[in-house]
Amino acid sequence: MKWLVLIGVLLLLVVFLGFGWGGRGQAAIDVVGSTSIQPFAEMLAQEFNRQHPDNVVEIQGGGSTAGLQAASNGIADIGMCSRALKQEEAEQFTAVTIARDGLAVVVHPSNPVEDLSLAQVKAIFEGQATNWKEVGGLDRPVRIITREEGSGTREAFMKLVMGKGRISRKALTQESNGSVKELVKHDPCGIGYMSLGLVGGELKALRVGGVPATEAEVQKGRYPLVRPFCFVTKGPPDVKARQFIDYVLSAEGQRRLKEEGLVGAR
Amino acid sequence: MKEKAIHVVLMLLAFSAIAALAVITAFIFKEGVPIIAKVGIKDFIFSSDWYPLEGQFGIFPMIVGSLAVTAGAMVLGVVLGLACAVVLTQFCPQGMVAVIKPSVELLAGIPSVVYGFLGVVILVPLIRDYLGGPGLSVLASSIVLGVMALPTITSISVDAFQAVPRSYREGSIALGATEWQTTHRVILKAARSGIVAAIILGMGRAIGETMAVIMVAGNTLDVPHSLLDPVRTLTSNIALEMGYSAGDHRQALFATGVILFVIIMILNSIALTVSRRRVRKGAAR
Repeated sequence: MKWLVLIGVLLLLVVFLGFGWGGRGQAAIDVVGSTSIQPFAEMLAQEFNRQHPDNVVEIQGGGSTAGLQAASNGIADIGMCSRALKQEEAEQFTAVTIARDGLAVVVHPSNPVEDLSLAQVKAIFEGQATNWKEVGGLDRPVRIITREEGSGTREAFMKLVMGKGRISRKALTQESNGSVKELVKHDPCGIGYMSLGLVGGELKALRVGGVPATEAEVQKGRYPLVRPFCFVTKGPPDVKARQFIDYVLSAEGQRRLKEEGLVGAR
Repeated sequence: MKEKAIHVVLMLLAFSAIAALAVITAFIFKEGVPIIAKVGIKDFIFSSDWYPLEGQFGIFPMIVGSLAVTAGAMVLGVVLGLACAVVLTQFCPQGMVAVIKPSVELLAGIPSVVYGFLGVVILVPLIRDYLGGPGLSVLASSIVLGVMALPTITSISVDAFQAVPRSYREGSIALGATEWQTTHRVILKAARSGIVAAIILGMGRAIGETMAVIMVAGNTLDVPHSLLDPVRTLTSNIALEMGYSAGDHRQALFATGVILFVIIMILNSIALTVSRRRVRKGAAR
């Protein structure tokens, strides 16, 4: 009996030590932050890891603000942020814009509304226009779907559309681009906003102020709702992090981002 | 000597469980109470303005949301759970009990995100199409939570019924009472404290559940006016915003936890006193 316990304890020790050594052997570059950038970063990291087996990149979500926090206190080597940095943040971090992304205002495909002005989008999300017929649609209530407080997508939307206005209290709050998409896809009365690169074929992205929400229009600078995707580091990035950032900014990395529906950094 | 050593070791182990509770409580209060003091307890609890980035922290809609959802879940969970327990212990052949009881208990083993997912995929569209509203609603959350609380309520009630001495039942039948009268007047009364415990634990499961609720509740910041309105509960508020929050906002989420803690304490003590008082009255009669 005693022997069994002893053997058990020894086994546990070996397992823990094994993990400890395994962990130290591969010091990964941790990239943490925006769930909007996450799928693109994962795609790039996969390719990067194939090319550089000695320099492993690991991507985690959590949100823009969490990404900035993680970069600031050293948990992450690189933070991902899907909005322009605020004044005080810009002083604290070194930021690189890796791509630009349109913010699409999405509705159910059966919704006859095609085009909204910025002011109309604002009125809808503020809760002033509560019926689709007020903006030229059918006689149906408007169901607003927003993102949670602290999301980069939400903050970009607030800055670009709402200004000082507040999003209506009646807005449904979802915690990822995916669940916003899921809701709008099944709700003929729904309206939400999400990364243009993630819209896909099942939703309708509205024209904003007459300009269609397409990469081409974002590229030309005509589509009004555009935000940067940034990699931020605390101080200048170290060699390993630099290597990944350089890969993302390289012709190949940028080409891959464009293929996925984003717009190049410059 | 050896006896004493074991005694001390066991004591230490027993207290470590309580110590964990004490540390958690102390930590939540330490983080949360300063912001409540800063905002003012009245504003924090009764204001409906939750704009954390502007420094406005009012959690009234979420308190209402948590209570509404829990109440709805309890109506469903208690009715179904008690009915199930009564049938299992009073009217069911042994063979069926051996099948039904484990399968109800199996419900407890299903992870909450699976409940949430089923809710979103099946329940929410049904409610949206047949009853109106956005589908994500008090009703959807209540149903999901009610089902989740079901195994807790059922299995503890079953234990409570089985703990009632056989002689009560036999005595009652011998006096000419029907099966239903016996169950209703004798067994249910005798098992009352066990049933209250079942309800309290079920309620704890419902009010504390987070993942499934985030998925089906809609998480609006408005006070719900009907069963079909979406709500945000205290727990989902914490989980939704925890990852992003910093400074006052983070503290306000801990403060949300403090309020949740207090609400659970209040509900538990009400349930306990009610059950005790009834028992005493019953004894006097």
